[in-house]
Amino acid sequence: MNHNLNFDISHMLAGSMLLVSFVLLYQDRMFSLLNVYTVHALVLAAASAWQGFVQHAPHLYATAVIALVFKAIAIPLTLRWLIVKLAIHREIEKVVGSGISVIAGFFLTALSITVMMKASGGTDPMTREDLSFALAVVLIGLLMMVGRRNAISQVVGFMSMENGLILAAVGAKGMPLVVEISVAFSVLIALIVIGIFLFRIRERFDVVDIRGLEKSGGER
Amino acid sequence: MYLKAVLIFPFIGILLLSLIRSYRISSFLNTLFSFLSFASSLLLLVKRESAGLFFVVDELNIVFILLTNFVGFTTALFSQKYIAHEIKTGHISAVSLRFYHAMYQSLLFGMNLALCSNNIGLMWVSIEIATLSTVLMVGIYRTAEALEASWKYFILGGVGIALALFGTFLFYISARPAIGEGLSAMAWTNLLSHASNLDTSLVNIAFVFILLGYGTKAGLFPLHAWLPDAHAEGPTPISAVLSGLLLNVALYAILRFKMLLAANPHALQAGPLLMSLGLASVLFAALMLYKRRDIKRLFAYSSIEHMGIIAFAFGIGGALANFAGLLHMSMHSLTKSAIFFAIGYISQIKRTQKIADLSGLTASHPVLGWGLVFGVLAIAGLPPMGVFMSEFLVLSSAFAKAPLLAALLACGLIIAFGALLLKLVQVAFGEPKGTSAVVPSLYLPMLSHFLLILAAGIYIPPHVVEWFKHTSLLLK
Repeated sequence: MNHNLNFDISHMLAGSMLLVSFVLLYQDRMFSLLNVYTVHALVLAAASAWQGFVQHAPHLYATAVIALVFKAIAIPLTLRWLIVKLAIHREIEKVVGSGISVIAGFFLTALSITVMMKASGGTDPMTREDLSFALAVVLIGLLMMVGRRNAISQVVGFMSMENGLILAAVGAKGMPLVVEISVAFSVLIALIVIGIFLFRIRERFDVVDIRGLEKSGGER
Repeated sequence: MYLKAVLIFPFIGILLLSLIRSYRISSFLNTLFSFLSFASSLLLLVKRESAGLFFVVDELNIVFILLTNFVGFTTALFSQKYIAHEIKTGHISAVSLRFYHAMYQSLLFGMNLALCSNNIGLMWVSIEIATLSTVLMVGIYRTAEALEASWKYFILGGVGIALALFGTFLFYISARPAIGEGLSAMAWTNLLSHASNLDTSLVNIAFVFILLGYGTKAGLFPLHAWLPDAHAEGPTPISAVLSGLLLNVALYAILRFKMLLAANPHALQAGPLLMSLGLASVLFAALMLYKRRDIKRLFAYSSIEHMGIIAFAFGIGGALANFAGLLHMSMHSLTKSAIFFAIGYISQIKRTQKIADLSGLTASHPVLGWGLVFGVLAIAGLPPMGVFMSEFLVLSSAFAKAPLLAALLACGLIIAFGALLLKLVQVAFGEPKGTSAVVPSLYLPMLSHFLLILAAGIYIPPHVVEWFKHTSLLLK
């Protein structure tokens, strides 16, 4: 396979992840948010597998499997179960509207592309583009975390951010496996934390809405 | 071998303690394991191994390893009585306590691993372990405030780790052409020896990510929002280790990366960035101290102030300022954790953390009251305590290099001093208020810390000075 096609496909996969991040930004139903997140994780799995193929790095296939099994299957299913269990599948409350957050997303993307293209001038083009897309995905994840009130959508923002980080890791040639596994683990641990939390929040306030917490907050 | 012991004891601790239900046995074992880690960290002074791909023990981190394990041990001692009382009064249920001690050991494990890791990826993972353990412990009271605090901590900590991880990747990518692919390009010692060959523009941007990411965990100014809540709402032993140790570990990570930048003549100067973040933290925290109504929150803001002073000191750079920064780090850890020990018992006796409801502590509870007076005077920077020494050194080195900024720093210190004294007078003197019940307490941890900071203020043994001097030269 010629080099250009390799480059184009990885470019396309990284770009699709960014696109899905934008789709995540304007979801206003809990289940559709989870579905889009699943697509996000699937694209990540594909991107990792593709990088594994291009770089002849078998350990990236493991990353792809982790992304597929944990991020695209196990975690969305668990969250779905939580949502049903807690009966919270109504609309997601946002701090900022969809339009504004998508526009902010454009700015963040432009920013990360400008910054990363300039800073990583010395590296190969593949790493460079992957890095700029990955940074954009990370920043949009951050935007989601601050732009939502609901605990579950903050968690989805957090996880999409971690997907962006893994995209950066698989794009960096020869990155040791240590890091990828650790990221996967941290997502898992995070999920445990979140699971415990949601139940506690539930038993205290009967809602999984962070505003419920803020009202009872102490002195600031 | 010795190095492994520092990691193995907490690790066995995690496994064993998560199985034990009885809090008496587990709090005893917690102390025992913390003591064993402390003892093995002492052994590191005698015998050291050369750096591998994963671990390194050098002049810089051994200071932190010793300090962490010492305070970890004294806090475990303090925690025994504290937790026993919390269970008796029903503040913590036995169920939620079950993992408390396991989490405590996992915090120690995470911090020790972060301190001795030579691999920048491993360092990131271990700081993450430490953070997640504290997130769980901050929420242990299950009150609305505690849950809000730990959720906020989790979310902001998540933002911080993402930025730090991205910075770590960029460091790897910048090193890849010079060192080659794989683990060796993540080993910090390799990075340092090839520092001038790293891709400069990538290193610069990477450091900004590292500074913001780990700066969130160190509680530096614009990213500090989680810190007061987490300190005020969690159990007091956790406030002590958070303030005394975990913030240090985050700053230590920043220092390691700063050394990489310093070794590359073309790279960005890390100093001004650290100085401005530090100064902003000092000034902000000093002003915030006045309006605090909760005593643990008061000292949480004071921790932000001191982290600012330390960041400022390392930002100035040079042998003297680095020496002062290291000394201040150790003095702050010892003093702040001792203050939290005192506050822990006080809030148990008075059943409140509100400053307005506390008064006349020196009359009703002499040891705790005067202990608090001593601690607050020490942390405010009065002679002859150790914090005075280090603050004096920071200020004098700052006046030599950047007089204008030094003046601003001095203003911040004076403002904070006033606020602390104001609150102290209110709490320590006057008519005693509220109940004067007796709670089972152990003063040894608090008193031993006070003894150390007093000793450090009066006389520091020459070889400790030599040691710190050597370390500060390493830091550049």
